[in-house]
Amino acid sequence: MKTSLRALAVTVLAIGGTFGLDPFRNYQLATAAACFAAVAGLTVLVGLTGQLSLGHAVLMAAGGYGFAYAASAVDGHWLVVLLVGLAAAAVVAGLLGLLLGAAAARLRGPYLAGLTLALVIALPAAANTLPLGGDQGARAPFFPVPDALANLIAVEQWHAWLAIVIAALAVTPLVVLRSGRAGLRMRAVLDDETASRLSGVDPGLVKTGAFAASAVPAGLGGAVLAIATQQVTPGGYGLAFSLLLVVAAVAGGLGSIGGAAIGSVLVTVLPWAIDELTALAPADLGRRLDGNLAVLLFGAGLIALTTIWPGGASRLLDRLRAARPLRFATPSTTTER
Amino acid sequence: MDRFVFLTAAGLARGAVLALFALSLVIVWRTARVVNFAQAAMAAAAVYAAFAVTAATGSYWAGLLTGLAAGALLGAAAERGLMRRLPAHAPLPGIIVAIGLVMVLQAGLAIAFGPEHRPMHPPFSERPFVIGGVPVLSPYDLFTLGAAAAVMAVLALLFNRTSLGLQLRAAAFAPETARLLGVRVPRMVTLGWALSVAAASLAALLLVPTELGLNPHAADLLFVNAFAVAVIGGLDSPLGALVAGIGVGLLVSYVTGYASASAAPLAVLALMTLVLLVRPGGLFAAREARTA
Repeated sequence: MKTSLRALAVTVLAIGGTFGLDPFRNYQLATAAACFAAVAGLTVLVGLTGQLSLGHAVLMAAGGYGFAYAASAVDGHWLVVLLVGLAAAAVVAGLLGLLLGAAAARLRGPYLAGLTLALVIALPAAANTLPLGGDQGARAPFFPVPDALANLIAVEQWHAWLAIVIAALAVTPLVVLRSGRAGLRMRAVLDDETASRLSGVDPGLVKTGAFAASAVPAGLGGAVLAIATQQVTPGGYGLAFSLLLVVAAVAGGLGSIGGAAIGSVLVTVLPWAIDELTALAPADLGRRLDGNLAVLLFGAGLIALTTIWPGGASRLLDRLRAARPLRFATPSTTTER
Repeated sequence: MDRFVFLTAAGLARGAVLALFALSLVIVWRTARVVNFAQAAMAAAAVYAAFAVTAATGSYWAGLLTGLAAGALLGAAAERGLMRRLPAHAPLPGIIVAIGLVMVLQAGLAIAFGPEHRPMHPPFSERPFVIGGVPVLSPYDLFTLGAAAAVMAVLALLFNRTSLGLQLRAAAFAPETARLLGVRVPRMVTLGWALSVAAASLAALLLVPTELGLNPHAADLLFVNAFAVAVIGGLDSPLGALVAGIGVGLLVSYVTGYASASAAPLAVLALMTLVLLVRPGGLFAAREARTA
């Protein structure tokens, strides 16, 4: 209950915040919300079960395609179209996640990472071989601002609202899952598979479930991107994007949902800010730096974080949180971790 | 039938390169128990070094040697500078650092050399010999097959017949015992990395002239296919890498020839998934310790 209330408060705050942003910022906010849904799934998967997926972009793409095809197929009130599309996105991504999870349950670290990497590389091939519209991708329906709000907000702001609500719906169950019994089981499996099996926890089942549970929010994130851009293309979900999701999860601190939010904003805003800066450089240099400088910095950050500051932003948050009560409360013996 | 012969010949040449790259993954797995996800980016960096030297001197062979040396140096530097500092027995930090390295190297190469594809010219003709009306291997394919076979033979001799190879194997299998017996284990691990990345660089150097051209992502697909090969053959098994490499090379060639080029990555993915589900350790892996 407390989690739902907190999620509601954050959602209302975020929706209120859209009034302070111009249309482009609102579009960026929608993108960040989409990333947040996917990164939250990824961070729980990696942080709690130790399964590193390099292929969460493919799960997002699966959700996006599911959303685009299902929502285009139904006619009616926009809310019906939206809900059908979202349900399809969740189901398609969840099924793909279940399939991957079944494979993941038998695999360890490098094998799973390699398998998901191969999946990302094979996505353009799949789009061209399967009936998914090739490189052009699929078109998603356009959601105009409802009449009641038409005088009040622009379409980008409306899409940001939708994105925030969908992201909240996608992430809140994950928070509940993480702090509940399922989260405990995941941590147990990560710590010692044999011991957890002796305690009646089936590691295979937990790993498969964790993968599916992490795929559903990723698929909903893909649906959000499809709403904001009105299309799904295989090129949008390439290796670079998939690695950005990993960067966001690591930067935020593996396992931390709040960190995932910080990480997603970082990977959405920083490349744009850096590209704005490189546009000021001379033409040839600017063309070379365009897009690459951000990747270079993210890569360096990934290495630095893992070697020097594992825990990312969440550790920073924990420190701030831990530092505050110390000033008032009497020092206890167990504050050091 | 003609087509089958042609595709088989092309698949053999492709398979030799795949097997060599997969072997490089096996070497680093055997010496350090990590899969180097940055292998493709490091190999691409070495090919850029070779490209620059070939462009400056006009000699393909000077470029080839530079590429191999650059690969070995990069491998040693990555091990000494980064991988050694990570906690052992947890695969996750190693993979994440390798991904960071991929991003740094590929973005760095794109900034230094520009993002466009640079054409690289093979040292021999790519026009295939025609035997009985059927085009088969080209001189360059023969060079590729010969170079890959020679390097694999040298590596096999090194690992199985020399004292250095014995030390490398000992350092990988039982680091603590090996250290007690006087093997310089850290040095062996560095050497394993250098050998591995040099072999991967050679595979990329052989492949790039037959492809669209050199760019920072030139070896990405090669890495993914070679990872599939190493997994299918068993990450521990050099023989598995060789056999699975030829097998996957033929598979890719047939699928490209009879179905379409875009179906090839899917076929490799499907084969890898199947092998992982049926025999997670790979087809040629020795059984590990009992787990249940």
